[in-house]
Amino acid sequence: MTSTEALTQIAGHGEGISTHAQVRRVIICAGTGCMANGAMKVHEQFKREIAASGMQVILELRAEATSDEIRLSKSGCQGFCQMGPLVSVVPDGILYTKVRGEDVAEIVQQTLGAGQVVERLLYKDPTTRKSCRGLEDNPFYARQDRLVLHECGFLDPEDIHEFMLHGGYQAARKAFVEMSPEQICKTISESGLRGRGGGGFPTGRKWEAARIQNSAKKYVICNGDEGDPGAFMNRSVMEGNPHSVIEGLMIAARAIGANEALVYVRAEYPLAVERMRRAVADAEREGILGKNVFGTGLAMKCEVMEGAGAFVCGEETAMIASIEGQRGMPRPKPPFPAQSGLWGKPTIINNVETLAHVSRILNLGPEVFKSIGTPDSPGTKTFALTGHVSNTGLVEVPFGTPLREIVYNIGGGITDDGGKVWKDGFKAVQIGGPSGGCLTVDHLDLPLAYESLRSVGAMVGSGGLVAMNQGTCMVSIARFFMEFTQRESCGKCVLCREGTRQLLALLDDVIEGRADAGTLDLLDKLGRAVQVGSLCGLGKTAPNPVLSTMRYFREEYEEHVFEKKCRTGRCKALLSPEINQVKCKGCGLCIKACPTGAITGEKKQPHQINPELCIKCGACATACKIHAVEGI
Amino acid sequence: MASMPIVVDRAEKFEKVVSILNHHGRRPSGLIPILQAIQHEYQYLPEEVLTYVATSLDVPPARVFGVATFYAHFALEPKGKHVIRICDGTACHVKQSIPVLNALHAKLGTSEKCKTTPDMLFTIETVACLGACGLAPVIVVDDQVYGQITPERAVALVDEIKAQEASTGNASQDAAEQLSAEECND
Repeated sequence: MTSTEALTQIAGHGEGISTHAQVRRVIICAGTGCMANGAMKVHEQFKREIAASGMQVILELRAEATSDEIRLSKSGCQGFCQMGPLVSVVPDGILYTKVRGEDVAEIVQQTLGAGQVVERLLYKDPTTRKSCRGLEDNPFYARQDRLVLHECGFLDPEDIHEFMLHGGYQAARKAFVEMSPEQICKTISESGLRGRGGGGFPTGRKWEAARIQNSAKKYVICNGDEGDPGAFMNRSVMEGNPHSVIEGLMIAARAIGANEALVYVRAEYPLAVERMRRAVADAEREGILGKNVFGTGLAMKCEVMEGAGAFVCGEETAMIASIEGQRGMPRPKPPFPAQSGLWGKPTIINNVETLAHVSRILNLGPEVFKSIGTPDSPGTKTFALTGHVSNTGLVEVPFGTPLREIVYNIGGGITDDGGKVWKDGFKAVQIGGPSGGCLTVDHLDLPLAYESLRSVGAMVGSGGLVAMNQGTCMVSIARFFMEFTQRESCGKCVLCREGTRQLLALLDDVIEGRADAGTLDLLDKLGRAVQVGSLCGLGKTAPNPVLSTMRYFREEYEEHVFEKKCRTGRCKALLSPEINQVKCKGCGLCIKACPTGAITGEKKQPHQINPELCIKCGACATACKIHAVEGI
Repeated sequence: MASMPIVVDRAEKFEKVVSILNHHGRRPSGLIPILQAIQHEYQYLPEEVLTYVATSLDVPPARVFGVATFYAHFALEPKGKHVIRICDGTACHVKQSIPVLNALHAKLGTSEKCKTTPDMLFTIETVACLGACGLAPVIVVDDQVYGQITPERAVALVDEIKAQEASTGNASQDAAEQLSAEECND
């Protein structure tokens, strides 16, 4: 299915261009995650230490670098967020993890000075306990195929020259100078590229539909409103390689005959907004965007707009309403945005990741792209692997990769709440966020692709993969998603607005012990009604988490309803704490800890809990040193 | 909100709004960027400013209020000096973000309904996802992201800020007096 040769060809594209760039280089990851862990301090420290050691530091890319100079640069998100701040040294191929300011002097002396590896800063594989020197022997990276993400962790996102030296804007030039709009649409159609934002609609067909419209004014929009809680691949690309998004937008604009582009970025991503704005300004300064693109006489303008915090704006027509200054409420389709979109003009809206693929397809031809992944879902997909796994972060793999490979081999296996590997801890993976479904242990060998996931009641969605261990209550998870969609429902369709509220109330009944035999049937019936009776993707998919957990974890729902029991102990209302009369030594610690005075008992005699006074807070269980409080 | 004392001088307030409106060309289509700029300036959207914007753009106030209330990013009430946002995205949620939220509410006496402390020092909010899922659970204190947070560390952060505020002898005392009438009534 996967052509290794094709992958190597794509990943390596453009790298030979800058042969002079063989200068030693220290790359510090400056994604949101690493910045939160103090990457900027590390960067400053490197600047000082390298200068103090007598070596030359260069911060900007220059052609005339000499071998005793060290280039210090920042990169976008390298995806291994949990282990940040990450520092890589190239061409040595060393990756240091969790680097602190105080480690910098050692790296400068040992690695840059003496060419030695600082062992203690290397990543240690939690299963084999082996130290990994760089990307090649690190299971998290070695098993991925990072096409879109590769440059995110290597290029300086704030340096347009570096992007161009690595072949950037070549595809856009080709699109404007050598190709006709028909040819571009045809190439993208042939590649089989499908929208990475969730729906999986063929990108080429979307473009073609807008291209054939007879209109003097058309628009292209980049959808960077990544609202799925638990997904952050678009954030990474916008922060790490903003020019690839602009290049994709330019090609899309050329393909449909638009001269205005707009990037709609989520307000919660301030760094992505900043980097996108800077990239647009740099591209304008270099004459790549402007009145005369590549000397063709064609104009191209690009603007960055910040969203205002509404999940529903990820839906195309709602996003258009939002850009027009309205409440972000969807409208019925047809007419499709490709026919009548922003200001009534033909408009295409593409996801960030989709656009980031476009330039590669043009550079290498559709066949190479098509040879990766599965016939129905070609190419790679980035998944945001989070939750109870050892290695959380961004994972890019070809479509068709089995779930097991991602969770166990790349993710390093399931962990308990304390972060330790839990061998048989796998319970489920939620894929596709609040619109998706859950995958169970039976699906571990399911190849992840659009069709295969749909067949089991889940979807690729934006690519959020949240792993959950055995300690997670599936009813509570369904409630969590339902609460989210209920809050984010725009209120236009009655079944979505009221239905999600009722579904949430029913789930509360299950969790709080008020449910009876009818509740589960009602959940099922109402869930299906909401799917049918809603206009946009939000409502149509809102019941998915409930229906999917009911399908695969029915017995857990039934336990809540009939036995009034939650096997994970997460549902507080269903707990019935009891003191084990054999274990209890009557020390009185629990009596002191109980805030409501529900525990009584003589000293050195087993104590009792009065269920009427007990508020099930768990303070007694925490206080008891011999674990005599059970059922909480 | 009507009982809120107007901290900013009226004339000065509208001067800034006028310059924002001019910058955005006074087009109703630019309503969202306009409101974002205003909120950036005042930390929230004061009611009289919203009606002023409606008049300036020649749209009904209902349109402006409709937009301002639709999007989660817009606040119609003033926020505290320090805003603590707790991420409750899926990744943070399964890694126990709610105990962090509860610990902060307990520490500051705030709640789901009443998000700001009476002395206007802290506002506690939840957000759907900050995209820092690899560090879950995450909180953001005044735009500084803290990953892999525990209830204890979150409370310690609040203590640190409180200590800083006390040592700089800032105006929180005055703010508390000004706003003593604005108690939480949930």
